[in-house]
Amino acid sequence: MNIPGLKPTGGCGGGCAGKSDANMKGADMHRRDFLKSGAAMATVTLAPGVTLMAMGSGVAAQANPDTRWGLLIDAGKCPSDCSACVTACSNEHGWEDHGEPTDPQWIRKVTLKDRATGRENSLPVMCQHCENPPCVDVCPTGASFKREDGIVLVDRHTCIGCRYCMMACPFKARSFVHHPVENQKVSTPRGNGTVEGCNMCVHKLDRGDGTTACVEACAATGNNAMIFGDLNDPESDISKALASYPSIELRSDLRLNLGVRYQNI
Amino acid sequence: MERIIYRELKSTPTVWGLLVLLGAFVAAAGAVVLYIEHHGHIVTGMNNQIVWGLPHVFAIFLIVAASGALNVASIGSVFGKVAYKPMARLSALLSIALLAGGLAVLVLDLGRPDRLIVAMTKFNFTSIFTWNILLYTGFMGIVAAYIFTQMARGLPAYAVKTAGLAAFIWRLILTTGTGSIFGWLVARQAYDAAIMAPLFIVMSFAIGMAIFLLVVMGVTTMTGRAFGPELRTRLARLLAIFIATLLYFTTVQHVTNIYAAEHWGVETFILLEGGLYTTLFWGVQVVLGGLVPMAILFHPTLGRQARMVVLSSLLVIAGGFTQIYVIVIGGQIYPLEIFPGYDVSSSFADGAINAYSPTILELILGLGGVALALAITIVGMKFLRILPNSLSDANVAPKI
Repeated sequence: MNIPGLKPTGGCGGGCAGKSDANMKGADMHRRDFLKSGAAMATVTLAPGVTLMAMGSGVAAQANPDTRWGLLIDAGKCPSDCSACVTACSNEHGWEDHGEPTDPQWIRKVTLKDRATGRENSLPVMCQHCENPPCVDVCPTGASFKREDGIVLVDRHTCIGCRYCMMACPFKARSFVHHPVENQKVSTPRGNGTVEGCNMCVHKLDRGDGTTACVEACAATGNNAMIFGDLNDPESDISKALASYPSIELRSDLRLNLGVRYQNI
Repeated sequence: MERIIYRELKSTPTVWGLLVLLGAFVAAAGAVVLYIEHHGHIVTGMNNQIVWGLPHVFAIFLIVAASGALNVASIGSVFGKVAYKPMARLSALLSIALLAGGLAVLVLDLGRPDRLIVAMTKFNFTSIFTWNILLYTGFMGIVAAYIFTQMARGLPAYAVKTAGLAAFIWRLILTTGTGSIFGWLVARQAYDAAIMAPLFIVMSFAIGMAIFLLVVMGVTTMTGRAFGPELRTRLARLLAIFIATLLYFTTVQHVTNIYAAEHWGVETFILLEGGLYTTLFWGVQVVLGGLVPMAILFHPTLGRQARMVVLSSLLVIAGGFTQIYVIVIGGQIYPLEIFPGYDVSSSFADGAINAYSPTILELILGLGGVALALAITIVGMKFLRILPNSLSDANVAPKI
């Protein structure tokens, strides 16, 4: 690397981000600081005389261990007939649900009816990005891993397709790819025979978008049921909202300390 | 005391015919693997709700059976029962063969079986799967060494005992690992129980002994070698005790769950309202695979009849297979409880009782594993001095 303090995330977006890349430590400069400097260009020397150059958004910094990305979902603002977040995720990452049980669903709308009171609710469920993820614990090869900024990912290069993570996930957040995949999104490599799930739009975060496709779509509808941000930053919108209103995490009995919180269930 | 002479199987048309038949099953399973690898798991009955299917039931069944097949060798070498020692080589060979068959099914059902090398080189030691990879390969090595100590000339007596003890301890740890695949799944209502590990160990005792009995009765009949009725009856009575123990552990498993309100849903499903799974549990696992063979084998006259021992062993195998089916599939059919206290619905089958219909491909793959295990056993007996010329009652100590 020719630019001090800058390291690439692996060149294949977040979906296949290698663990070694994701865990890189000790950078002198974080991505935002670097982008602010205006020098949005990196060069990688592959061999003497051969240089790979990357410009602008193709360059990204490593996961910041001081950050913990999270989502706050207000079920009170989530209409049962809206699935904009699901559609946005599907479009962003290229997975399609045709109603078959073999189809992947990275995010889904769940309808709840309180057995005691009959009150109905609707909310999206996706990978909850646990601090102590069972999927990471059970993965035999370490393909399931957690980035230092709290995002739980699958390394598609080392996933052997054993599906133990799917058995272990308390939220059914993961899907198995049941057939060969064509026309993949460049930012989200997918593969037959491997497991996948919500990656918190890690490619968008790494290029500095600062939000996810589902949250953008939710905001575009005007519902504003989802807030994305840094749970470790007390000044972030999500931290302020969590500090002001009661919220819960799903299956809190498991003590997994989730990155996704819910209000008004 | 009769001198034990071990001899290879002779090259008879029956032996070769059997190997050709088993080879056909293995070849068919190989073709299925290539087909699934090419088309993806879409051609199987598994989906995103039932992520482990019939191949896993076969694989776990064979791996559990492998541990149990070592019973007879352990009783001879570790617990010093002379009558069992002539069968120790076959017991050890069968356990290696069953494990190989189970592992073959397990790894060939991976989404990316081509990445097996990744599983062998990248380890995550918080995963019981990783430990199992080491436990399974270690088991094969230790049991192979155990067979070697039995067959090699000039080794001191303690060598066999030491290797036998190591294999015995290793198999207990191994099956603890297999049971813990489910016992440590905190997310699922049907699993997440410490009793899974000892339950699987007891299951291995019963299934492994039933398979061993069938194999030894089959091969002695096929080769015209003696298998003493007293020896057979002792093994059969031991099987009956294992069945009783398995029924006890199964009872404790469910009664403990029933005590806690949070588990009522899944217990009601398995024990009362689960349709096929309730029928399998009570009809095949408990009655046909448990109570009936236990009653036959404890019966003073029926338990001594060769035909009844065969029938009982077959029933125990059916019951054990069913038990694993109910645990693996039934546990996934019942929905995850993400929102306790709510009726839940979604496009991803939240709150719904799932469905699973295995395809013929999964059945062929599973049977291929069984065939591989039997083929390895026969090849082993064909080329190594595994089976004694006679397993007559000459070495069975008279009852006091």
